[in-house]
Amino acid sequence: MTVETSLLPVLACLASLLAIPAIIAFGRRPNLREGVTFAAGAIKLGLVLMMLPGVLNGTIYEFRFLELVAGVGLEFRVDGLGLLFGIVAAFLWICTSLYAVGYMRAHHEPNQTRFYAFFALSLCATLGVAFSGNLLTLYIFYEMLSLSTFPLVTHNGDKAARTGGRTYLTYLLGTSVAFVLPALVYCYVKAGGDLRFAAEGFLRGKVEGGEALILLLALVFGFAKSGMMPFHSWLPNAMVAPTPVSALLHAVAVVKVGVFCVIRVVTGVFGTAFLAELNWALIISWAAAATILISSLIALTQDNLKRRLAFSTIGQLAYIILGVSLLTDGAVVGSIMHIATHAVGKITLFFCAGAIYVASHKKYVSQLDGLGRRMPWTFAAFLLASLSIIGLPPFFGSWSKWFLFVGTMEADQWAFAVVLIASTLLNIAYLLPIPLRAFTKPLPPGDHGQDHDHHGAHDSHEIHGEAPLACVIPLCVTAGLCFVLFLMPGLFHRLAELMLVVTP
Amino acid sequence: MSEQIPLLILLVPLLGAVGLGLFALRRPAAAMPVVFGALGIAVLAAIHTLLRIVDEGGSVITYNLAGWDRLPERASGKAIGIEYKIDAFNALVLVLITAVALVNALYLRARIAVECAGKEILYAVLYLLLVVGLCGMVITNDAFNLYVLLEISSLTSYALIGIGRRRAAHASFNYIITGTIGASFYLLGVGYLYMQVGTLNIGDIHEVLTASAELRASASVKVACMMIMAGLWLKMAMFPMHGWLPNAYRYAPSPSGSLMAPLVTKVMVVVMLRVMVNLFGLDYLFAELNWRPVIVGLACVAILAGSLLALAQRDLRAMLCYLIVAEVGYMVGGAWVGNEAGITGVAYHVLSDACMTFCLFLAAAAIILRTGEHRLGAFRGAFQRIPVAMTAFTVGAFSMIGLPPTCGFFSKWYLLQGGIEAGQWHYVAALLISSLVNAVLFFRIFEIALFGKIEVPETGVRDVDALPRDTWERVPAATKVGLVVAAIAVIAVGLLNRPIALWIGKALNFIEVAG
Amino acid sequence: MDLLEYILGKSNYWASIVLMMIGLHAMISKNNLIKKLIGMSVFQTAIILFYVSSSAKRGAKIPIIHPHGDHADKADHAAEAGHHAADAVHHAIDATAYENPLPHVLMLTAIVVGVATLGLALAMVQKVYAAYGSIEEDEVLAAIAEATANGASISMPSPSDSPAQGDVSPS
Repeated sequence: MTVETSLLPVLACLASLLAIPAIIAFGRRPNLREGVTFAAGAIKLGLVLMMLPGVLNGTIYEFRFLELVAGVGLEFRVDGLGLLFGIVAAFLWICTSLYAVGYMRAHHEPNQTRFYAFFALSLCATLGVAFSGNLLTLYIFYEMLSLSTFPLVTHNGDKAARTGGRTYLTYLLGTSVAFVLPALVYCYVKAGGDLRFAAEGFLRGKVEGGEALILLLALVFGFAKSGMMPFHSWLPNAMVAPTPVSALLHAVAVVKVGVFCVIRVVTGVFGTAFLAELNWALIISWAAAATILISSLIALTQDNLKRRLAFSTIGQLAYIILGVSLLTDGAVVGSIMHIATHAVGKITLFFCAGAIYVASHKKYVSQLDGLGRRMPWTFAAFLLASLSIIGLPPFFGSWSKWFLFVGTMEADQWAFAVVLIASTLLNIAYLLPIPLRAFTKPLPPGDHGQDHDHHGAHDSHEIHGEAPLACVIPLCVTAGLCFVLFLMPGLFHRLAELMLVVTP
Repeated sequence: MSEQIPLLILLVPLLGAVGLGLFALRRPAAAMPVVFGALGIAVLAAIHTLLRIVDEGGSVITYNLAGWDRLPERASGKAIGIEYKIDAFNALVLVLITAVALVNALYLRARIAVECAGKEILYAVLYLLLVVGLCGMVITNDAFNLYVLLEISSLTSYALIGIGRRRAAHASFNYIITGTIGASFYLLGVGYLYMQVGTLNIGDIHEVLTASAELRASASVKVACMMIMAGLWLKMAMFPMHGWLPNAYRYAPSPSGSLMAPLVTKVMVVVMLRVMVNLFGLDYLFAELNWRPVIVGLACVAILAGSLLALAQRDLRAMLCYLIVAEVGYMVGGAWVGNEAGITGVAYHVLSDACMTFCLFLAAAAIILRTGEHRLGAFRGAFQRIPVAMTAFTVGAFSMIGLPPTCGFFSKWYLLQGGIEAGQWHYVAALLISSLVNAVLFFRIFEIALFGKIEVPETGVRDVDALPRDTWERVPAATKVGLVVAAIAVIAVGLLNRPIALWIGKALNFIEVAG
Repeated sequence: MDLLEYILGKSNYWASIVLMMIGLHAMISKNNLIKKLIGMSVFQTAIILFYVSSSAKRGAKIPIIHPHGDHADKADHAAEAGHHAADAVHHAIDATAYENPLPHVLMLTAIVVGVATLGLALAMVQKVYAAYGSIEEDEVLAAIAEATANGASISMPSPSDSPAQGDVSPS
């Protein structure tokens, strides 16, 4: 494992930050403005991919500057986990930007410049989290992400948006300030001023049983972006945001940042070996298992499509946490890969939900019967993505589910294996009926797309087809990925494997 | 020659004030140029002094007034004159005071003709004298001289408040009563101490106290400590003796408010630190007297009370004033936690809180100026209408909440570290709760700023303090410059916290902070 | 006997404390602003008394040194006589024979501070009277409440207001 100093992580992070002035400057020329976003996305992805060969070979890219507190600076460090997340985020940003163009223009949304600017800022924060090298840097970018996504969540500006935004910040800022910050300072004090993520965790040997438990709980529940119950309410409430926001941020960036932080806590702060000695990780596993089951059950009861998907996300995120808290090799690899598999699947589902809304103004599952005939591409993508989320081969999601399953076996935790199976059944129950009914059931008579939309006049008597092309292309691409990546999981598997500590 | 430069910090504003008072009473136009000139020279002198100290590796500049040097051939080697001592931390505070005064003068220029019409020269005299008093208080090494300068700053601040209209006089009167009690307690404490120790020089008092166990155990020294602390707490508005502050800063003319709010209470905290570290010594305070639990407990109450009272306010400036009360709680608690991280945190927090309070007060003044409203409704649509002031307000707000990379985050870090290391969990909890309450407070404002429609307040709740529409002014350019400088300072002080903390550690004679 | 000794022997401290308490009580509980100021004055004077009384010593002389020194003292300390006149004077002084001049000097400053504060406070009372027509605290507060209810502007005057020279007639 060689360590190389390189500016690449910093540049990758900054690429979107530096795009912001350009986005604001071109505010009056939407095509140029969108062009800036795409260019920044391409540059970002390019920079991230430049680090790929090195990381696959075992190199870690580091960059350290600016001492912030005694002994701890702003530190960037790219390893397998970070790069995996970085690739997912950077690539999906490009897809979402294309989708956003279609969605925002079709709806004639106001304040688009503000939207794209904060979007870019959020991506900068996301990559900052992905590439952070110590707990303080992680915290700084985590907070930056909470703040930069707030204007996105409250984009609509109406009462519901405001309430949603308030809930959003209350949960996210509240937990991070109340739990993570003191835990962070405590770790700093106990670890003697070093907060760098280490392969075996930097807290090893520095904390005892009781305080280790409190620290673990504080850090895991404090990073509330991971959607662990009981701090999950912000996610369904954030669905008031426009769908591109929901898609990227809540299916990929924001929530993935949360689980990423939890994975870092388990592997980099405590270390799997230390946690195995302490035996506290099991508490997290049970909490995750409970979250999986409860959220899946709630998802069954939700009629609003986006809320149903939100609760599904909560459950899927809990898989990741369950996996990493089991501490075995297979489980850890599975949970890291699940970041990628879930991201690709969920973003497709959200894209579809948004496309359905743009085309037909329907938000509720009960209204979607027979719509598959009008929007075949959309619902086909929905079907593929659902199958991936459910974890059936030949789709990408099956790989991570498999490793998670193997992990529960390795850890001798049959109960969790049962939980995985049960939740898979629940996934089928709340996801599959949607595309199936869309394709097989007849259209309800007198279908005049319910026009409760307040954006733009839509002729409710028009028989509509697919959503605009700019919306449909991304969702087809990501749905396609669900299938294609099944055949090529090697990249992600290798990146996840790099995180395993080779025991001598 | 360059040895005399530190003295310019005090001398030039003093001469400026005297000059204005003697020669320019009939020429109001002379007020602002003299203020700018005097403060400009003072800032440069302060920066020069700081750089000199840093270059020399943290040396201490000692200055004996009127040349009464110590007489080494006398056995005691004690000081017989008034000594001034500038170390790295003092130099930083001097730069802070003069810089804040100068940047505030940019705002003053726009308002002086309006709020103090006909009294410009008098106001400028008071302004400069306040700066002199504050600077002197920071660097003096003589306990009684401290009282004199304390009273100079207090008298000028009473007048700077009372010069306003209507309620200002009454608020100032209450401040006079409370402030005099505080200063008198301080004087009494110094008297007790002098009678036992025999010297007024702070360094010498410390030496005498450390040398004599009998003195340390004596009740009169204990009472002296108590009285000095009580006096300082009255002056810094430590809960429950904070009653004078909200009204005083709220009804004062706005340039006075934005000058005094960041500086006066913080300089009192600096004095408290000096008394704790240099005069009595931390050993005495924490080993012999066992007041820490009580005082830290009181500080926690202060923090919570200040934050919650701020939450209950509808008037913008009152809200900010109660936040000052909470911040004073941070500082008293952090100092009395007593460990290195805590005291470094308090010293750093003095700088950081001054910057962020200044930023907030100046932004609030600009927003009130632009919209004519004193209440939270002033923020409707503020990001579009008053972008510069609102951005500065946002930076200050983030700092109050404690979000990185602003200075407020780093001072919270040090204070949390101090609290955790000393096991003072109630203090840690109070800090966190206060951050959350501040978050609620400020995000309430951000919501109004982002989403509030710009309405004409014809119906609905009437803002009794609202100005008539035709008086709404655009924020003057000079004030915008001031706002930008203040916002940048908040972030810069945050990012520079390591060098600052190192110099503080050297100045307060700690072993190098671990790291 | 000890108690009596304690009270009479430290009579100056007792006097000072009693005056301080009277002053403090007046400052806090009196309704009339001028009475509060009188209390403030008494309070500050008590502290001055405290300091000054601490400088007194039994049988001590006024602290003025005759330039030729006191012959008796010089004889006593001849062995320690310094090199020049000034030093001789220094070494020849028996500090315990003189009253301590320092507290007197300090209190001169304190008196000046007290006078300044009193003057300023009286000016404030004048302003309060001019604005609200009363110097009784409760009446002033009532007048303030009434003025607020009537929508008076507080501290941000508009350019169109006429510049006040300190005497705003109550309205």
